[in-house]
Amino acid sequence: MRRREFLRLLALAAAAGATLRPRASEAQAASELYDAPPFGDVSLLHFTDTHAQLLPVHFREPSVNLGIGEAAGRPPHLVGEALLKRFGIAPGGAAAHAFTYLDFEAAARRFGKVGGFAHLATLVKRLRASRPHALLLDGGDTWQGSATSLWTKGADMIGAQKLLGVDLMTAHWEFTFGAERVKQAEKELAPVELLAQNVKTADFEDPVFKPYALRMVNGVPVAIIGQAFPYTPIAHPRYFVPDWTFGIQEPRLQKLVDETRARGARAVVLLSHNGMDVDLKLASRVRGIDAILGGHTHDGVPAPIVVSNGGAKTLVTNAGSNGKFLGVLDLEVKGNRVADYRYRLLPVFAGLLPADAQMAAYIEKVRAPYRAKLEEKLAVTEGLLYRRGNFTGSFDQLILDALIEAKGAEIAFSPGFRWGTTLLPGEAITLEHVMDQTAITYAYSTLNELTGAQIKAILEDVADNLFNPDPYFQQGGDMVRVGGMTYAIDPLANIGARIFDLRVDGLPIRPARRYKVAGWAPVAEGASGEPVWDVLARYLRDRKTLAPARLNLPRVVGVEGNPGIAR
Amino acid sequence: MNVVRRLLLVRAGAAALALGLLAPIRALAAWSKDAFAAKKADDALKSLGASGAEPSKDIVIEAPQIAENGAVVPIEIASTVPGTTSIAVLIEKNPYPLAGKFDFMEGALPFVKLNVKMAETSEVRVVASAGGKHYVATREIKVTIGGCGG
Repeated sequence: MRRREFLRLLALAAAAGATLRPRASEAQAASELYDAPPFGDVSLLHFTDTHAQLLPVHFREPSVNLGIGEAAGRPPHLVGEALLKRFGIAPGGAAAHAFTYLDFEAAARRFGKVGGFAHLATLVKRLRASRPHALLLDGGDTWQGSATSLWTKGADMIGAQKLLGVDLMTAHWEFTFGAERVKQAEKELAPVELLAQNVKTADFEDPVFKPYALRMVNGVPVAIIGQAFPYTPIAHPRYFVPDWTFGIQEPRLQKLVDETRARGARAVVLLSHNGMDVDLKLASRVRGIDAILGGHTHDGVPAPIVVSNGGAKTLVTNAGSNGKFLGVLDLEVKGNRVADYRYRLLPVFAGLLPADAQMAAYIEKVRAPYRAKLEEKLAVTEGLLYRRGNFTGSFDQLILDALIEAKGAEIAFSPGFRWGTTLLPGEAITLEHVMDQTAITYAYSTLNELTGAQIKAILEDVADNLFNPDPYFQQGGDMVRVGGMTYAIDPLANIGARIFDLRVDGLPIRPARRYKVAGWAPVAEGASGEPVWDVLARYLRDRKTLAPARLNLPRVVGVEGNPGIAR
Repeated sequence: MNVVRRLLLVRAGAAALALGLLAPIRALAAWSKDAFAAKKADDALKSLGASGAEPSKDIVIEAPQIAENGAVVPIEIASTVPGTTSIAVLIEKNPYPLAGKFDFMEGALPFVKLNVKMAETSEVRVVASAGGKHYVATREIKVTIGGCGG
């Protein structure tokens, strides 16, 4: 065994809390990491926000994930060392790599790629061997984020979900295929059920999906209630789901919790796409939920946050993104309440979990028709390319540069999505990688003339969706990325006062002057324009080699000492 | 279910009219032109003779936190203030803040549901009147340009 490999395994074993035995084999390391002993009566396996990544990837966790108000300094708003310290994770090991951005490039080379449905399938089978009754729950954002999911309208992922043995799911980006496709896909999904208590028809408020499922798990009746992303028609074009209305719908949720309890549920779980801050607030207000298995905000949170409410407790989790993690929640149910629990958020290391042959063959088959196109090498990156972070990512800078060049714009905007995989220095950027950053159903690139006042208003609006101290006003997602201009931000200020010192070429932006602003992903009806992936692919083909991006970070004030930002 | 519910709703509406619960004549008679033409919420309330309302937890406002469409924002209001005779709904930042005033005959449930138009983020103020006293509850509804969801 090579020394590097040996060190890697040692680190993995350490991450699993194992004693560091010499001669540990890869199988032993995997066994120590993944053979979580079963506990209690009811087991739930949970993954979320895979963003259609069928194959293993690198995914850099954020170095900026600020919490404001009550959320300051509280999970999930901890990054780097602060996160490791809070959850007692040893630095330098595999777990530290999975949960943080620290020393990302070196750690990524050492521990290898994460996720991939074939590796996830192996882990699910392994856990099901010791928990045959376990339910597998998918938190949504499964059908969007890759070229093949876009081109097959989610069909490739539906096949993978069924093969994986998903029992129940809820949704968010799924809705951007349009209401008709979602209802058709719901049929293709069977026996997987799509649950969403908070989607109803706009006219008579009839439910659009089944709100919950009552399942017998190991002899215990368990209710799983679905909570779709509440702000779907606001964060995305309204025309995709013109006749449906969403929202958090607290009173209805409370009614359903009470109803499931009345029907005999002894444990009640919310499968949520609210985002973690919203879930934490919800847990303090709605009574009778034992656990909220959450997603949307892509927070890999190693342990549940326990929220007290009316004498009872609700566990709130968030299971990261891109197939990096599988959450395992074991519940001990006594009488009509959860008496004890064990939770693990297991990182899916592709190198430690052999690919499941059946799933690997399926993935191969769905990719085959597109393979040549996907594998086209457009350029080689010299720097690390990633997206996740509150203010910008190096992949976003690339998109902004490409937009400014293609449109002859002074300024460019790119949405603060939290999906998008990571590439290491020296890797080739393929068309597939470009699609991993851009594959949406409204990827039109645009050029608009906006006044300085409008530019400021847009930044204020997006910042308020991110930094409003009331979680119920947060939509998730990050700050819009900007190119060609600079600004300063005080996240703690109120809307209208957060953004200041806006400049183009070092000169203050004038409120009444009009600026040429390029962008993509417009939410307005009737928008059109060249798909942004074509703009980006052309930019890359023209260059062949890309120097490391210069990050255009705003000047952030007022967050000294906040452990949600790397120092 | 739809058809049945629609029929039920229609019948309920007809029954309400037949029983005089909605009291259209009286509502017209009480039409407060000045209040609806007022450009400030406080002025509208003054015209209605409903100034100086005290905050109450007995008025429940159900509304989206963030409007899905500013042109049609659904707001549901229920008052458990005993003897509620009217409910006024004001959108602070609208050019004409008073969006509606509903009078209830004795025995009618003080419950209303209405759609309002909102151009920008605003406090929604609901004033319930009972026995010559006035009670108020507020709720912020945000109107955003949208986009950029994670």
